[in-house]
Amino acid sequence: MSKVFAMAVVAMALSGCTRTEATPTAGSGSASAAPTSSSSTSVSVKGSDTMVILGQRWAETYMSQNPGVTIQVTGGGSGTGIAALINGTTDICQSSRPMKDKEKADVQAKRNAPAVETKVALDALAIYVNQKNPLKEITIPQLSKIYKAEIKNWKDVGGPNHAIILYGRENNSGTYSYFKEHVLENADFAPATQTLAGTSAVVDAVKGDEFGIGYGGIAYSEGVHTLSVKKDDASPAVVPSLATAQDASYPLSRFLFFYTAGPATGNAKKFIDWTLTPAGQAIIEKVGYYPLPK
Amino acid sequence: MNRAVPLADTRDSEVASLIARPRWGERIAEVAIKAVAFVSIASVVLILVFVGKEALPVLTSAAVHKEVTFGSMFAPRDVGGESLYTWQPTSDFPKYNIVPLLVGTLKVTFVSLVIAVPLSVAAALYVSDYASARVREIVKPAIEMSAGIPSVVIGFFALVVLGTWVQHAFGTEHRLNAIVAGIGLAITICPVVFSVSEDALRAVPASYRSAAVALGSTRSQVLLRVVIPAASSGIAAAIVLGFGRAIGETMIVLLASGNAALFDWNLGHSARTITATIAQELGEVVNGSPHYHVLFALGALLFLFTFVVNLVGARIVEGMRKKLGSA
Repeated sequence: MSKVFAMAVVAMALSGCTRTEATPTAGSGSASAAPTSSSSTSVSVKGSDTMVILGQRWAETYMSQNPGVTIQVTGGGSGTGIAALINGTTDICQSSRPMKDKEKADVQAKRNAPAVETKVALDALAIYVNQKNPLKEITIPQLSKIYKAEIKNWKDVGGPNHAIILYGRENNSGTYSYFKEHVLENADFAPATQTLAGTSAVVDAVKGDEFGIGYGGIAYSEGVHTLSVKKDDASPAVVPSLATAQDASYPLSRFLFFYTAGPATGNAKKFIDWTLTPAGQAIIEKVGYYPLPK
Repeated sequence: MNRAVPLADTRDSEVASLIARPRWGERIAEVAIKAVAFVSIASVVLILVFVGKEALPVLTSAAVHKEVTFGSMFAPRDVGGESLYTWQPTSDFPKYNIVPLLVGTLKVTFVSLVIAVPLSVAAALYVSDYASARVREIVKPAIEMSAGIPSVVIGFFALVVLGTWVQHAFGTEHRLNAIVAGIGLAITICPVVFSVSEDALRAVPASYRSAAVALGSTRSQVLLRVVIPAASSGIAAAIVLGFGRAIGETMIVLLASGNAALFDWNLGHSARTITATIAQELGEVVNGSPHYHVLFALGALLFLFTFVVNLVGARIVEGMRKKLGSA
C-alpha cells in the first residue's frame, strides 16, 4: 500500500515538473513574472535587449549597496517590455525607443495610470560591417536603399564587388523599430533581411560574414568594424562616440528609457533615481553606452 | 437449509470481505493517479481549444478580414505584373503570406532528414546487428543521451561555428541558411530516428535471422534481404517521427536559419520557419489584432501537422508490432 502511495506521490511530482517546465514556453517570452508591487523589496525590470546588460550591471551594483532589495532584469525586446508594462507584469520597462501614443493609451487604460518616461542613457546605433570590409563611411540614404534592397552590391557604395548580405533584428526589438523609423522612414525591410534574436547574434553573424552588414547598440561592436555615418551626401562623416552622441551630431544617436505605470514609488523609484546619479551614470560607460549629457 | 450452504456462505463472505474491505489508501492513490493522467490529457485538449479559439477569427472575424483572409495567406500579391509572396506583418500595409514560411520550414526539415536518416539508420543497424554487447552498451545510451543537449546550445554552435564552415564548404550566398539550420536540426532528430529504428531492428525475431543464415545467406544478405524488409515499417515510423520532431523545433532554426522570409528553394539561402516566426513575433503582437490571430493560425497549422505526422508514425509502429508478433 505504501508502495502505491509512493508511486502516486512520484507521479504527482513528475507531472508537477512537466507543467512548470511547460509554462515559459507557453508564455513565449511575454509576461512570465508575477506582478510585484513596487512597495515590495523586489523590483522587476523587463524589456529592451539592447539595455539588458546595462540593466543587469545597474541591478548588481545597486543590490550590493542595498542588501535586501532584489532587482530582477530580463530582456525580450522593447516591445515585450512595453507589453509587460501594459499587462502589469513588470514594475519597470526598459525601452530603446520612445513609447508610441497607442501604447501610452494602453497603459492608461489597463493600469489606470499614465506611462511615465525617464531618459536614463544615450546610445549610438552603430552600423557594423565585417573587419575585412574596406568601407569607412556610409550615408543614411545609402543605408536606407541597402535595407530596401535598392542597392544590392557593395561596389555601389564604394565597397568590394559582391552582393550585400543584410542582417537585422526581429520585429519586437526597439532597435528594429528605431532603424525602420529613422533610416527606412517606415518603409519595409527587404524580405532578404535576416532577422536575428538579439544584437549579439547580429554581431556574431557579421563577424563571420565578409559581406554582411548589421546594426545595433554601440556597446556590442566587438570584433566588427563600425562605419562612420553621414546624414546625407553633403554632411560630414561622424564616428559614433560619447561626444558625437551627446551633442547629437551622430545621426543615429538615441535615448534609452525607463517606463513605469504612474510615477515610480518605493524601491523602484529609489532604483531609478540612483541610476541618474553620477555613480549610476558611471556604470553606463563601463557597459559601452553613453551617459546623459549634463 | 443443509450444512453446505452456510459453509459456502462463509467462504463467499470471506471472499466478498476481501473485495469489499475498504482499502482507503489504495482508493486514494488510484484516484490521484487517475486525476494526474486526466490532467495531462485535459491540458493538451485545453491548449488545443485555446489555440483553435484564437486562430478561428482568421476564418470568421470581419475585423481581421480587413487585413487578411484565409485565402490571402496563400495567394500571391500582384505587384507590377510580378507575383510576390511576402510575409511582412509589421509593415504600414501588413502582408501575411505564409507561403515563404511553409517553404522555409520544408527546406530546413528536408535538409535535416537527408542528413539524419541515413546516419541514424546506419547507426541503428550497427548497434543491432554488428556491435558487440559491450560496444552496444556504450554507443546506444550515448546516442540517446545526445537528445538531451539543449537545442539552444546546438543553435548557438550552428550560428557561430557551423555557418562559417558551411559557407566555406558550399560557397553559400547567405552564411546562415537552410543547410546550417538543417545540420543543427539533424543533431536533435538523430537520437529519435536512431532509437525507434534500433527498436524496430531488434524486434525482428531471431528466428528470421537464424533461418536466413541456415539457408546460407551472408551477413549482408541477412540484413538487406531479411532484417531491413521486416523492420521497414518501423524504420518508416522512425523517419516520420523524426520529421515531426524537426518541423516543431524552434530554437535551432531561430538562431541558425537567418529567418529571412524568402520564397525560393535555394538551400543556400536564408529560410524562415513557422516556429521561428511565432517565437519572434508573439512577444510584441497586440492582443486580439489580426497579426495575433494569424500567428495562432500558424500555431494551429503546426499542431495539425505534427499531430497527423505523429499519428501516422504511431500507426505504423503498431502495425509492425502486430505483424512481427503474429509471425
